[in-house]
Amino acid sequence: MIEAKGLTKYYGNFPAIENVSFDVKSGEVLGFLGPNGSGKTTSMRILTGFMPPTSGNAEIGGYDVVTKSRDARRLIGYLPESVPLYTDMTIRSYLSFMGTLKDMPRAKLRSRIDDVIDHLSLQDYADTYVGRLSKGYRQRVGIAQAILHEPPLLILDEPTIGIDPRQVVETRQIIKGLGGTHTVLISSHVLPEVSMIADRVLIIHEGHVVAMDKMENLSNTLGGNTRVSIEVRGPEKAIEKALLSVDGIQEVVIEEVTGGVVRLQVQGTAGRPVREDIAKTIVDGGWGLYEMNPFGLTLEEIFLRLTTTEQASLDSDDEEESSA
Amino acid sequence: MRNIWAITYKELNTYLSSPIAYVLAAVFIGLAGLLFSLSLGGSFPEATVRGFVGPGVVLLLVVGSLLTMRLLAEEQKLGTLELLLTSPIIDAQVVLGKFLASFLIIVGMLVLSLYFPILLFVFGDPDPMPIVTGYLAMVVVGMTALAIGIFSSSLTSNQIVAVVISLGINFILVITDIASRYTSGLLADVLRYVSVSAHTSDLLLGILDSRHILYFLSITVFFLFVTVRMLESRRWR
Ligand SMILES: Nc1ncnc2c1ncn2[C@@H]1O[C@H](COP(=O)(O)OP(=O)(O)O)[C@@H](O)[C@H]1O
Ligand SMILES: [Mg+2]
Repeated sequence: MIEAKGLTKYYGNFPAIENVSFDVKSGEVLGFLGPNGSGKTTSMRILTGFMPPTSGNAEIGGYDVVTKSRDARRLIGYLPESVPLYTDMTIRSYLSFMGTLKDMPRAKLRSRIDDVIDHLSLQDYADTYVGRLSKGYRQRVGIAQAILHEPPLLILDEPTIGIDPRQVVETRQIIKGLGGTHTVLISSHVLPEVSMIADRVLIIHEGHVVAMDKMENLSNTLGGNTRVSIEVRGPEKAIEKALLSVDGIQEVVIEEVTGGVVRLQVQGTAGRPVREDIAKTIVDGGWGLYEMNPFGLTLEEIFLRLTTTEQASLDSDDEEESSA
Repeated sequence: MRNIWAITYKELNTYLSSPIAYVLAAVFIGLAGLLFSLSLGGSFPEATVRGFVGPGVVLLLVVGSLLTMRLLAEEQKLGTLELLLTSPIIDAQVVLGKFLASFLIIVGMLVLSLYFPILLFVFGDPDPMPIVTGYLAMVVVGMTALAIGIFSSSLTSNQIVAVVISLGINFILVITDIASRYTSGLLADVLRYVSVSAHTSDLLLGILDSRHILYFLSITVFFLFVTVRMLESRRWR
């Protein structure tokens, strides 16, 4: 659905993004993750045809966003970061306006507006001026206009920024629901949001793509060695001792003991079947294995690792200098 | 076509739900009435609209600037231009739709001012030609002012800056006539050709010359075209 190759955008002499390449398959939800100023909005503005790249190219559904801009734009429902709306229109008249611009047939448009208003629970405000709505409701109107013409692709730029926490939860729920029927590109600088909504994550930092993969792969490749959380029924000391005697298990931490059930964190080594080793040890000891969850790095940790490596190496250089 | 009308309809609604169009219409009709009665008040009252059309043309330049200053500047300030230009619309449709809306407002004002000529016909026996060409002059001058105003509005997100630019351009078009009197040769000819008043004086007298109409229409088209180009170039910045 989206194919971006080597996108680069200079504002004057400043490169906002450099050589950004990625693709999004039909039906997929890709999370665009990066701190403020990393180039998320710039990338999305290129994809939506608002501005062309300085170099590189992108296709939406096979249409080049510069040379076949209108065909590409037809396929997109876009929610810009600031949710710009006309404050002097009612929700219904605004949607009717946007639907016309999106070439929707008149008869279809009317029933579709009702559907969308229902879908986003805007019924009570359909004839309210947009300027009187709270930020959260405006956000919904923004989403409503994005999905109005039933575009195959949704591009949502930080859709939960600046709205109150309860509405954030609702908005995420709405977007998650849209993921089932649309291809979605969603940007965020909030990690849990992306991990909750997206199938795959692209991490962008200072205009460069630093990682792109499925969430669990990201944590595995970066985790290096694997950490597993288990719950076992049995004596904690004996379990700890047995596990530590296994080759390849580096560390065992008892987290909690409740009514004979122990929760532990076990640190294995990459390349060894840690989970199998643990299971075998517990069974051999005659204890009951209740639960076992591998957890690599949390997305938070990955994010920090990826985006602070440069900074970290700079810092250590500084230290060397000062100690010399 | 439907896109153009959608933009026009939306802008008309905005005009009719905010005071600016009403205030401008009231001022325009009020001043027109004043000028009209003054022109009738002399010792040799004439049954013409000339006393109204002459200053009316200048007034329209100002009204046109004030009506259009919002049109694109506000879209840039609110960021709504982003949603407009990323919808499958053609940039020229945006410009034409907005132009048409502001033009309809000016046409509305001119229609309201028609009660002067109607009074003339009721109480006197005016020569119809100067009235027709006089109104035609106001229509084309109005179009010119609107095109210049929309162009200025595309340059900035600040409405005040937009109106200053557009009044500046209009001022140049008016002042060249005076400047031409202090110059000679080719320069004077050029200055006179560019000036608004040189092209309205015949129309005021009831002389219909297509060259004058063409002058205003070409300025209108020129500025609308440049505005479309400005929108396109926004995409490239
Ligand atoms: N119109 C612009 N002119 C100049 N610099 C810009 C412009 N828009 C964004 N930038 C700069 O480009 C970088 C990327 O910005 P942006 O794409 O908005 O990042 P994000 O959406 O990830 O916060 C930032 O450093 C920002 O200051
Ligand atoms: Mg942004």
